Amino acid sequence: MPCQGCVRAVAGRPSNLVHMTSSAITASGLRKAYKDKVVLDGIDLDVPTGTIFSLLGPNGAGKTTTVNVLTTLMTADAGSIRVAGHDVAGETKAVRAAIGVTGQFAAVDDLLTGRENLQLIADLKRLGRAESKRVVDDLLERFDLTESAQKLASTYSGGMRRKLDLAMTLVGKPSIIFLDEPTTGLDPRSRRTMWEIIRQLVADGVTIFLTTQYLEEADRLADRIAVLDGGRIVAQGTPAELKRQIPGSHVRLRFTTDLDLETAAKVLADATRDAEDDLVLRAPSDGSARSVRGLLTQLDTHNLDVEEFSVHTPDLDDVFLALTGKTSTKVSA
Amino acid sequence: MPSSTTTMLSRNFKHTLRNPVAVFNAILFPIVLLLMFVYVIGGAFDIPGNYIDYATPGMLILTICYGLSATALSVNSDMTKGIINRFKVMDISRSAVLSAHVAASMLRTVIALAAVTGVALAFGFRSPAGFTDWLGAIGLLVLVAFATTWITVALGLSAKTPESAGMVTVPLIMLPFLSSAIVPAETMAPGVRQFAEYQPFTPIIETLRGLLVGEVSGTKAIVAVGWCVGIALVGYLWSLSTFKKRA
Repeated sequence: MPCQGCVRAVAGRPSNLVHMTSSAITASGLRKAYKDKVVLDGIDLDVPTGTIFSLLGPNGAGKTTTVNVLTTLMTADAGSIRVAGHDVAGETKAVRAAIGVTGQFAAVDDLLTGRENLQLIADLKRLGRAESKRVVDDLLERFDLTESAQKLASTYSGGMRRKLDLAMTLVGKPSIIFLDEPTTGLDPRSRRTMWEIIRQLVADGVTIFLTTQYLEEADRLADRIAVLDGGRIVAQGTPAELKRQIPGSHVRLRFTTDLDLETAAKVLADATRDAEDDLVLRAPSDGSARSVRGLLTQLDTHNLDVEEFSVHTPDLDDVFLALTGKTSTKVSA
Repeated sequence: MPSSTTTMLSRNFKHTLRNPVAVFNAILFPIVLLLMFVYVIGGAFDIPGNYIDYATPGMLILTICYGLSATALSVNSDMTKGIINRFKVMDISRSAVLSAHVAASMLRTVIALAAVTGVALAFGFRSPAGFTDWLGAIGLLVLVAFATTWITVALGLSAKTPESAGMVTVPLIMLPFLSSAIVPAETMAPGVRQFAEYQPFTPIIETLRGLLVGEVSGTKAIVAVGWCVGIALVGYLWSLSTFKKRA
């Protein structure tokens, strides 16, 4: 279990400070259990309006359950949630009218064409004939599906299905959109297209609640990230804040002999030995050309031969691995 | 601006049109069975009168049951393919989804029933029934279709996978065979005979046969309608509770 202390330290923003006007989603003390298996163990969230919030976590961390609870698909065992200013338990209808949800599996109707799928949602949202035609045409155009509009969704590729799925979610202009692993299983190109679409949405003022297991995705898109592990939020903050949580950037130096390494360790006083490799030293450095040049000059003056050299800046991978209890294998190896 | 129920209905009707094989299948199988019993096997049965006159009412009931597997499958694929979650987080009536499945299923059934009746007439089925008898027969068939469809919707909702959804209607297809649909229950072996006498399809088929070919027994008609209403009610309530449970 990750320590509670670091959660509070990272979270920074106490959950009892609820700003009604600026928060799209707030949740406090969220709990959910299936029989005796605890899935959500006290979750606090605060998502400001017009931002991208990413819930990051390994498989089985409780990401989908969180989305289901926030989107009225499930009721929480305990805790309170407000979405778009409405209480999820008491004002379910109002919440549903304000949100759009794209689940993990493309929820499109295979036996309908792309256009008919969008039309179906437009009809269910009672958009009216002229309005829905305009909306459907616009979405087909925007998601580059106009050419395939008359084809059955069953003939679509995975990327096209996801795009159609998201387009269906956007019918009726929801102000808050939940995306549960929107890019899982997509090729790199489709993934980038999806990111672009998500950025455009936020530019239009939409709030995005995104779950993902891809750190790169959270890093590139999210204004704030919460790391979920074992039903708890183990860290929360901006991508930069989270990266600051773990040891800083360093230069990794590999020497050919133990002797060289010993000497280098004396020269570079603040360097530490690598836990995994006997011939490697880690020297703290911000990775700038000046600092690296200085470091190499120091080694040169002592005629030390560096066999391998690399600069490491912490990425969310490090944060993720450090926070989700997966470090043990890395350190003990 | 259409209501959510009519929107869902048009969705399900489109599904039926896009999947003509299911309709064709639902019509073809009962016709093949009818012809096989009348021209191949039925000759060996010791049933007074024209065998096709005896067999047709049973075949009509079988037609209803046979068409249900398509319904179970389409209900189940809505649940398992995730589109149901999209409907659930929208502000629309929950019952619209299920009612649309029932209506589309009944439309398929009515088409199949008309086709099978047409073929039976072409191959010599003759009914002395008057206008009111036919009206009664049609009413009973629609009622049976309604009841069995709701049970099927419940079964389709409960099935975990489309594969198992395809199997859940098998008992419904088997039951008419173990009734007086093909031969009178009295001719069956002990055990099977009692089962045949007390299961719902025997009074239903006897009543239908009475309406189409001769004398209607009032008690049997009441029992038949009672079964239908009971089955429909159980199916409806079971469907609703399963639908609420599955997210």
